[in-house]
Amino acid sequence: MSRYLVDKFLYTVDRDPELVERYREDPRGTVAWWESERANDLLNCHSGEASTWLRFADDERDALSTHDYVRLFELGAHPFLTLTLFIAMFERDYEEPLGFQKQYAERLSGFTLPYPDIAT
Amino acid sequence: MATVVAVIASTHHPFYYRASTSTGPDRPPFADEWVRKITAFRETLTRARPDVLVMVGSDHFHQLWLDNMPQFLVGKAPFYDANWYNEEREFGLPRMKLRGQEDLSAHVLRAGLDAGFDLAFSNELRIDHSITCPIITLRPDADLPVVPVYTNIFAPPLPQPKRFVQLGQAIRQIVESWPSDLRVAIVGTGHLSLELGGPRQFGPHGPDPEFDRRAVEWIANGDLDGCLAEVTLDSLHAPGNATHGFMDFMLMMGVAGAGAKADYVDSLDLFHTMEAYFTWYPNGVPEVGA
Repeated sequence: MSRYLVDKFLYTVDRDPELVERYREDPRGTVAWWESERANDLLNCHSGEASTWLRFADDERDALSTHDYVRLFELGAHPFLTLTLFIAMFERDYEEPLGFQKQYAERLSGFTLPYPDIAT
Repeated sequence: MATVVAVIASTHHPFYYRASTSTGPDRPPFADEWVRKITAFRETLTRARPDVLVMVGSDHFHQLWLDNMPQFLVGKAPFYDANWYNEEREFGLPRMKLRGQEDLSAHVLRAGLDAGFDLAFSNELRIDHSITCPIITLRPDADLPVVPVYTNIFAPPLPQPKRFVQLGQAIRQIVESWPSDLRVAIVGTGHLSLELGGPRQFGPHGPDPEFDRRAVEWIANGDLDGCLAEVTLDSLHAPGNATHGFMDFMLMMGVAGAGAKADYVDSLDLFHTMEAYFTWYPNGVPEVGA
């Protein structure tokens, strides 16, 4: 399990407008590229340094590659990160205000307390 | 010594800016009432005539990230750029720039460390909507220097609720021991019951109106004992998965002091979450126009 890395993917994509669009259009390709080229970047650090050990578990890679935010919730991805990024990608496809957010809640309606742990 | 002229606790709703500035068909039906309430709330700060604002909030995974996550952090910089691309994108928030009050930042850090709080610090901090929302609502000219204080209510493991209260109590004492003749307002924002990214999000009300009712009562009455007896890190999951932001209200109850009844209390039941606004005047209610 690499919940931290799932959060890191959501965080780094969310803060880059180009990556938001790229992930929307090509989730599988973007996840594969990111895991191979970006997953080990040390973020708030000098450039040129990197970690060596970070990779997704298969179910995490699959959930990200299919935009499956229900599965991401189940895996304990930070709900704020998932919500923020998915609003950026998909709110535009809904005419009614908050239409996407309400559908998002509905699709998670099978979850009851306690929710999956989000600690990293 | 410096004087604490007002203590203010508020929710920070990132939709206020867009709701209050939109016109015509884009203007939501609740906007006018919301603006009226905010305008009245703003007056409670204005009449205290502050020179400096200590601003308590929480970074929402903007500058602070899981590779290096402080529990409590104080900004010490001459300026703070503010708001981020994803807040512009989702909420329409404007880019802002606030002046810092470095002498007070240094004093808070030194005295806080000496009082047993191992505060992190930042000399280059871009602040987010947890601090800019109350600037927009309470001081839209953004003309006063600030000392930002960030808490971790977001990335577990979190500090215990009582630690937030203790830090609030310490901040009050520390500000009052600052050798300065300036007038300081301490402003903090948090949440009542709130769900983000979960099944109870974006409902017609906050996810737990009963929690909200009791929370408003605790805050308005300064009922720290009652609040601390019931609120734990575990219990805060029940009212909504983002309700740990309530601990920033508890911090502000610590600033105001145990048993201190708020001089001004207001709330607004909105879709998604309840708004709540509180002001305490430690030295008595200032006269209008004083």
